[in-house]
Amino acid sequence: MTGWSARGRTSLVGRLLGRFISQSKTFAGIIVWVGIGIVLTIVVLAIFAPFLAPFDPNTKVATEETPPGGPFLMGTDRSGQDVLSRIIWGARVPLAIVAVATTISLVIGLPIGLLSGFVGGRLDRILVLVMDSIYAFPGLLLAIAIAAIIGRGVLNVSFAVAVVYIPTYFRVIRNHVASVKQEPYVEAAVALGMSKRRIIGRYVLPNVAQSVPVIFSVNAADSVLTEAGLTFLGLGLPPGIPDWGFDISLNWQRFDSAWWATFYPGLFILILTTALTFVGEGLNDILNPLLRKKEYKAAAET
Amino acid sequence: MAGSTASLRAYVITRVALMFPMLFLLVTFTFFLLRVVPGDPITAIFREGTPPDVIDRIKTQLGLYDPLYIQYFRYLRDVFTGNMGTSILTQRPVLQDISYYMPATIELTLSSMLVAALLGIGIGTFAGTRRDRLPDLGARLYGSLAYNIPIFWFGLILKLIFAVWLGWLPVSGRFSPRLSAPPTVTGLYTIDSLLAGDLRAFIDAISHLILPSLTLGIVLSGFFVRITRVNVIHAMGSDYVEAARARGIPEQNVFFRHALKNALVPVITTMGLTFALLFSGAILTETVFSFEGMGRYVFQAIGYRDYPAIQGAVVYYGILMVIISLFIDILNAFVDPRIRY
Repeated sequence: MTGWSARGRTSLVGRLLGRFISQSKTFAGIIVWVGIGIVLTIVVLAIFAPFLAPFDPNTKVATEETPPGGPFLMGTDRSGQDVLSRIIWGARVPLAIVAVATTISLVIGLPIGLLSGFVGGRLDRILVLVMDSIYAFPGLLLAIAIAAIIGRGVLNVSFAVAVVYIPTYFRVIRNHVASVKQEPYVEAAVALGMSKRRIIGRYVLPNVAQSVPVIFSVNAADSVLTEAGLTFLGLGLPPGIPDWGFDISLNWQRFDSAWWATFYPGLFILILTTALTFVGEGLNDILNPLLRKKEYKAAAET
Repeated sequence: MAGSTASLRAYVITRVALMFPMLFLLVTFTFFLLRVVPGDPITAIFREGTPPDVIDRIKTQLGLYDPLYIQYFRYLRDVFTGNMGTSILTQRPVLQDISYYMPATIELTLSSMLVAALLGIGIGTFAGTRRDRLPDLGARLYGSLAYNIPIFWFGLILKLIFAVWLGWLPVSGRFSPRLSAPPTVTGLYTIDSLLAGDLRAFIDAISHLILPSLTLGIVLSGFFVRITRVNVIHAMGSDYVEAARARGIPEQNVFFRHALKNALVPVITTMGLTFALLFSGAILTETVFSFEGMGRYVFQAIGYRDYPAIQGAVVYYGILMVIISLFIDILNAFVDPRIRY
């Protein structure tokens, strides 16, 4: 631990990684590793889907709604397609959407939050008002509206989901910046006449960046659910693409006679979101010792 | 004492006065947002193959070709006279549609909020007072799972078990078609049936409400478990609890009179914000249980670019949110005098 911080100018990633590894035996550390393990497994499933899936996801391979067993570990759905194969292929869309969406939210939310928190004044008040209004609006409804406007497609859904989570990044970063700004070392840098850009880059950003991995994983879990909600409502994806939420929407009317076609896709959504939350909560405990006992959601909302 | 009531009154008046500019901004924003985005209701409803002159005539009738500012002022006038227009999709006045669908959503959200608060605060305090022990871990796991479960999937599972397999509760809808619905007073079937003194109708309405509100309530309780747990831990470690213990106050009193009261203030504050979450969940829950509420209505309205319906729903949602946040702010100002202006 000291080895990492004593070097002073180690890269941010190095410092975070150091703190992270040193904590890997604590409860929080174990939770993070379990979460990362599960997420990586699902990523591997998605990447190697062509080799891992026993059947083609879009081909009828058996009679409709064959119960689990034999060659069909999780049964077949109402179109006679293998549920397991569709789940393996179906990991691709949620993962892609979440990766793209959280990146878009970060790329937009972080700089605006930095600016708003650092500059303050009227600009800050206007931005906070706008972001709070988006935040107070039901996220799924916002995503539905955007998805309905811009049409179907993986990128389009990513954008719809991204808009919902921009305010979260904005709020956390902005509040964090506003408090870091009061620190003596920032005030000293201002007094010494350092340029704003350098102050932000050198002192503010490294401090604030610690919150990013936490919001990132917590938001990722949330956006998996938003994505699944959208596709469950039949929005967003062109037909024929395997996706967990979309598969549930195709099969849920027959839940009572063929439970497996609805149950397993949902189970995988739950596993992915829980794993992402484990990563987020564990990282929160490790990376933010000062905030350790504060709930991140609560911090974002005050 | 007199001074503090006066400042509370001043606070309430200021907050109520602030409601109007907020609503005005919301109405304006929604109007222009809907006009900026591509697509319009008539094209969305008629799809392809309709002769262009028919579409043109209907659009002229609806005033969709008028200059934007004229449409805007006409719309503002209508809103302030309480006229939300006619839904292009259902051909009924939006106000009538909303007064039909809104009570269902109010019934659903309020009962879910009750479930969420009872479960969440109960489990959260239980966990917070047993920090890092087995019950605490169990409660945290419950919180994580409840918060992360896909709500529509969870609803389907509850429905399969309790409605289809066990047959204890109705599968879907708000009311059994074989019973006659109580005369409309509030639109809430539970309250209306009580007002009419119809016990069978009341039990029927409640039994239809149980599964949807358990679905939504349990999912939301995950959020409350986390918030409550953290705040209880925080309060239990605070100076005033330490001081109360040092004075020899029995642990039970320390907990209820000192710790819990302070721990619940932030929980109340976040309650207001969870209404957005609640409404997102309501869209999915209403879909799963064929519960005819605002969530479904707005979802359909968006799909068909039904401007009057969307605008009406947003205005109503805005009014609801403003009232809720006003209520929560006043509640907090009442509990914590530092908040008042």
